[in-house]
Amino acid sequence: MIPAAFDYHRPTDLNSVISLLQEHGDDARVIAGGHSLIPLMKLRMAEVPHLIDLQSIDALTGIETGSKIRIGAMTTQSDIINNTSLASSAPILKEASLQIADPQIRYMGTVGGNVANGDPGNDMPGLMQCLDATYILCGPEGEREVKARDFYHAAYMTEREDDEVMVAVTFDAIKGGYAYVKQKRKIGDYATAAAAVIMSKDGSTCKEASIAMTNLSDTPIFCGAASDCLIGTSVSAEDIKNAVASMIDAIDPAEDNRGPVEFKKHAAAVVLSRAIERAWQRA
Amino acid sequence: MNDMTPDRNERKANLKGLGSSRKRVEDLRFTQGKGNYVDDIKLEGMLHGDFVRSPYAHARIKSINTDAAMALDGVLAVLTAKDLEPLGLHWMPTLAGDKQMVLADGKVLFQGQEVAYVVAKDRYIAADGAELVEVEYEELPVLVDPFEALKSDVVLREDLDPKADGAHGPRKHPNHIFTWEVGEKEATEEVLDASDVVAEEMVYYHRTHPCPLETCGCVASMDKVNGKLTLYGTFQAPHAIRTVVSLISGLEEHNIRVISPDIGGGFGNKVGAYPGYVCSVVASIVTGLPVKWVEDRMENLMTTAFARDYWMKGKISATKEGKITGLWCHTTADHGGFDACADPTKFPAGFMNICTGSYDIPTAYLAVDGVYTNKAPGGVAYRCSFRVTEAAYFIERMIEVLAIELNMDAAELRRINFIKQDQFPYTSALGWEYDSGDYHTAWDKALKAVGYDDLRKEQAQRVEDFKAGKTRKLLGIGLTHFTEIVGAGPVKNCDILGLGMFDSCEIRIHPTGSAIARLGTISQGQGHATTFAQILASEIGLPADSITIEEGDTDTAPYGLGTYGSRSTPVAGAATAMAGRKIRAKAQMIAAYMLEVHDDDVEFDVDRFVVKGAPERFKTMKEIAFAAYNQAVPGIEPGLEAVSYYDPPNMTYPFGAYICVMEIDVDTGEHEIRQFYALDDCGTRINPMIIEGQVHGGLTEALSIAMGQEIAYDNMGNVKTGTLMDFFLPTAWETPNYTTDHTTTPSPHHPIGAKGVGESPNVGGVPAFSNAVHDAFKAFGLRQVHMPHDHWRIWKTANDLGLHG
Ligand SMILES: Cc1cc2nc3c(=O)[nH]c(=O)nc-3n(C[C@H](O)[C@H](O)[C@H](O)COP(=O)(O)OP(=O)(O)OC[C@H]3O[C@@H](n4cnc5c(N)ncnc54)[C@H](O)[C@@H]3O)c2cc1C
Repeated sequence: MIPAAFDYHRPTDLNSVISLLQEHGDDARVIAGGHSLIPLMKLRMAEVPHLIDLQSIDALTGIETGSKIRIGAMTTQSDIINNTSLASSAPILKEASLQIADPQIRYMGTVGGNVANGDPGNDMPGLMQCLDATYILCGPEGEREVKARDFYHAAYMTEREDDEVMVAVTFDAIKGGYAYVKQKRKIGDYATAAAAVIMSKDGSTCKEASIAMTNLSDTPIFCGAASDCLIGTSVSAEDIKNAVASMIDAIDPAEDNRGPVEFKKHAAAVVLSRAIERAWQRA
Repeated sequence: MNDMTPDRNERKANLKGLGSSRKRVEDLRFTQGKGNYVDDIKLEGMLHGDFVRSPYAHARIKSINTDAAMALDGVLAVLTAKDLEPLGLHWMPTLAGDKQMVLADGKVLFQGQEVAYVVAKDRYIAADGAELVEVEYEELPVLVDPFEALKSDVVLREDLDPKADGAHGPRKHPNHIFTWEVGEKEATEEVLDASDVVAEEMVYYHRTHPCPLETCGCVASMDKVNGKLTLYGTFQAPHAIRTVVSLISGLEEHNIRVISPDIGGGFGNKVGAYPGYVCSVVASIVTGLPVKWVEDRMENLMTTAFARDYWMKGKISATKEGKITGLWCHTTADHGGFDACADPTKFPAGFMNICTGSYDIPTAYLAVDGVYTNKAPGGVAYRCSFRVTEAAYFIERMIEVLAIELNMDAAELRRINFIKQDQFPYTSALGWEYDSGDYHTAWDKALKAVGYDDLRKEQAQRVEDFKAGKTRKLLGIGLTHFTEIVGAGPVKNCDILGLGMFDSCEIRIHPTGSAIARLGTISQGQGHATTFAQILASEIGLPADSITIEEGDTDTAPYGLGTYGSRSTPVAGAATAMAGRKIRAKAQMIAAYMLEVHDDDVEFDVDRFVVKGAPERFKTMKEIAFAAYNQAVPGIEPGLEAVSYYDPPNMTYPFGAYICVMEIDVDTGEHEIRQFYALDDCGTRINPMIIEGQVHGGLTEALSIAMGQEIAYDNMGNVKTGTLMDFFLPTAWETPNYTTDHTTTPSPHHPIGAKGVGESPNVGGVPAFSNAVHDAFKAFGLRQVHMPHDHWRIWKTANDLGLHG
């Protein structure tokens, strides 16, 4: 658990970051909170001759709330938990963040690192898909936008180019009920299964619904068909069952120490039905 | 006339002796980050070692090329078995009478095995150097299942003559290590045949790991000028390590100084000798510079001593009324690639023959077969006395299974089979003499405290509600009554590598009435500096706050066998009391001289000697201490010192009654511990607060083991749980509230009646948690599932019982 040697860079503006990335290509990587990257370096599963620290780049910080929400990439999970205006405009972020890792890690782990990492275990990518968030990336040609739902190709393979930096995530304030339900083995563990659900109501029928699942495939899974099973219904036990069945078709969990595939599917079904019930209650 | 204030009770309180919840004196430095651990040791010119380890569980080594590593700037040496062979150090003896490769000699037998040792100027270069060593392996078939290993024609230990006896007698197969038999086989089988009811079950206690907060490590420093080797290390038995180092290195023992500084938890992991120690010593001798080696977490989990891995097949018989008639057990013990168990020499399966537990079982038989597999060596007593937790888990599961077979309440079944108070001292069918106990009192107190009958009613209602679809949660009541055997132990039957398992204490009283006491043990967090001073305070009448306790430096401390198996209080604690009594005996003569009366006319009173019948005439121990150094007392040597080497006449037998009330979500497999009641009887209680701390800590380890912690391997012998992401260590969040309680049955043979407590909660906790899980599903037909009871395994149990519709 001793990393290989690396050079440490700490630029103060985004352009310098991008030129360093261009200069060193594959040999360079940005580091945000380091709580995904440093373990990989210590295990020598990632060798990073040039480490570019993003801590001193002001352009990557800040939380803007309102009907449209913008969270800078360097915002930590702890910042999210403690931001009261975010807690009222998008409370699901706080609910999910409180289930990520432990308090010490949440002081370090950032939104940008969490969504850019591409690890299927990270909670925020699924959450961002549920929110239909947009990622703002900045590269040599300037900024571009990518939908969270289009961002993830496979484990650690994303739409982001090597010389691009994640600047911020944006999404609309939540209307209706929400729930983030996660099953894990202990504090500090990645999900055995997790479900993010947002639902809104028109009278007693479901007007909108959005469902995304975490750590049940090699990418987060946005479950459009499962969401459709709820829209226009009264969200009866039967409707929830249909949504769950549709979600099960969409995921593809792998066996690991958390359990065999059959158990993961069962856990996915349980967390999703509980999340739907809770979101609907809150809608 | 002397002043008679403060009064007796106040004087007693001032001593902070036995029974005082004195605050731990060591915590001041620990909580301020001022502890001094092995990795804090930095010596002038110190080098660092790192291992090249095998990625394969079983492979032949075709070649090792160290050129690239040697070419790296800052690498001073790369050791392989070839370099150690001329010194005879490429293999080393294990504590269990086997031998173990220090560095891979032709082949590797487990993933993570030490293949080469790189010595470099700093820790980072050492790691870079290790990456550059090129090893060519030829993979061999892997054996991870001990039952298969006993049938396979793949020979793991090619170094052993398959026909020759092992250290513990004949071997039946090249992968077989020993058979150990206790009790009466035929008689037990006859009893089983003739009994009304026989319950049979395979009880597996999975492989796990002590995982102390601080990993294993050492700093070896050879001073070539004076020929002395100083070895700092995370040693639970520093004196034994000194002797072993002397025997294998050929250095004279007086030229070796072993120092155990502060140790961040041991739990058995730090009893044995590891290749890292040998390689560091060799590297220091070769370079003439100090060499540090400290494991990282993965190395610790993957390679240094594991615990348990016992497959225990059991049969228990009883009359229709539930009186147990016989117990039969055959254990298949998976020892990994080498037999490196830390057990007293004559006990290759430790004290597994305590498996009759708290019960009066007239006839019993135990056989244990040790087996080699492609896993890491070890088999240490993880917070328990040698295999006692395996034994306790076995019998407490068998009792539950028997209760099912008899259709009887498991609490009642225990009650009618307990050894009765008037049966002590009690000789068990498997040969132990239980010194004391009062199981019925403890049991009744425990059942009453948790409201046992109401809990059973609530459980029955819960089952009804579950069946009616009103809830998805089941309720389990986990019962355990355990009896330990600790304090190894009598030299007549307990030794390690021929060293008798006595322990020692040496006391010096200073002129002004304070003292230093040194012991052969070593604290790893148990609080020895606090509690041993309390024993002495009560014995010699000087305040505990005026007594320094020192351990762990073999140049200054008297010889002892170290700290594990809850032996410190039963053995070194006894030595402390005995040495204290020698001090007191001399003090009595000095006091009598000072008071101008006959020796027999003074008596000890808390902190002084008083003239019998004239309590106003006395000399305090403080005054006596000064007199010992400033007055010539006729016929008595000056000074006030004593030493005691204590060989206990018997082990001690702490016991306890634990009850766990657990809620289980059958859909997710998650559990919640609603209540945990732990009654411990550890005899005389030295420091109630420390006991409570030990019980909380031990229960939390028991929780981990029962509910998730394991060292798991895949079929290729790859360790699947090599980091703390997958190896379960609970945080405050997962840890339930515990209610502690006690009864007090002093040990009749221990000088102060104490029995040891540090390990009880692990021994009793594991079956309590596990029985709660089993109990929750009992109404649906569950008899036995294997630990750890993590989410998916509980889910599977529910699923197999058809509870998911
Ligand atoms: C014990 C433990 C438990 C954890 N449990 C959870 C959990 O339950 N759920 C969960 O979601 N996470 C968990 N984490 C991960 C934690 O939340 C991480 O901190 C987070 O995933 C990554 O954020 P970071 O800021 O630390 O990123 P880093 O580790 O610094 O970076 C991660 C990756 O993203 C890249 N990156 C970072 N920032 C940017 C950027 N602005 N632009 C482009 N690329 C970028 C880096 O180059 C790197 O490849 C856990 C971590 C630990 C150590």
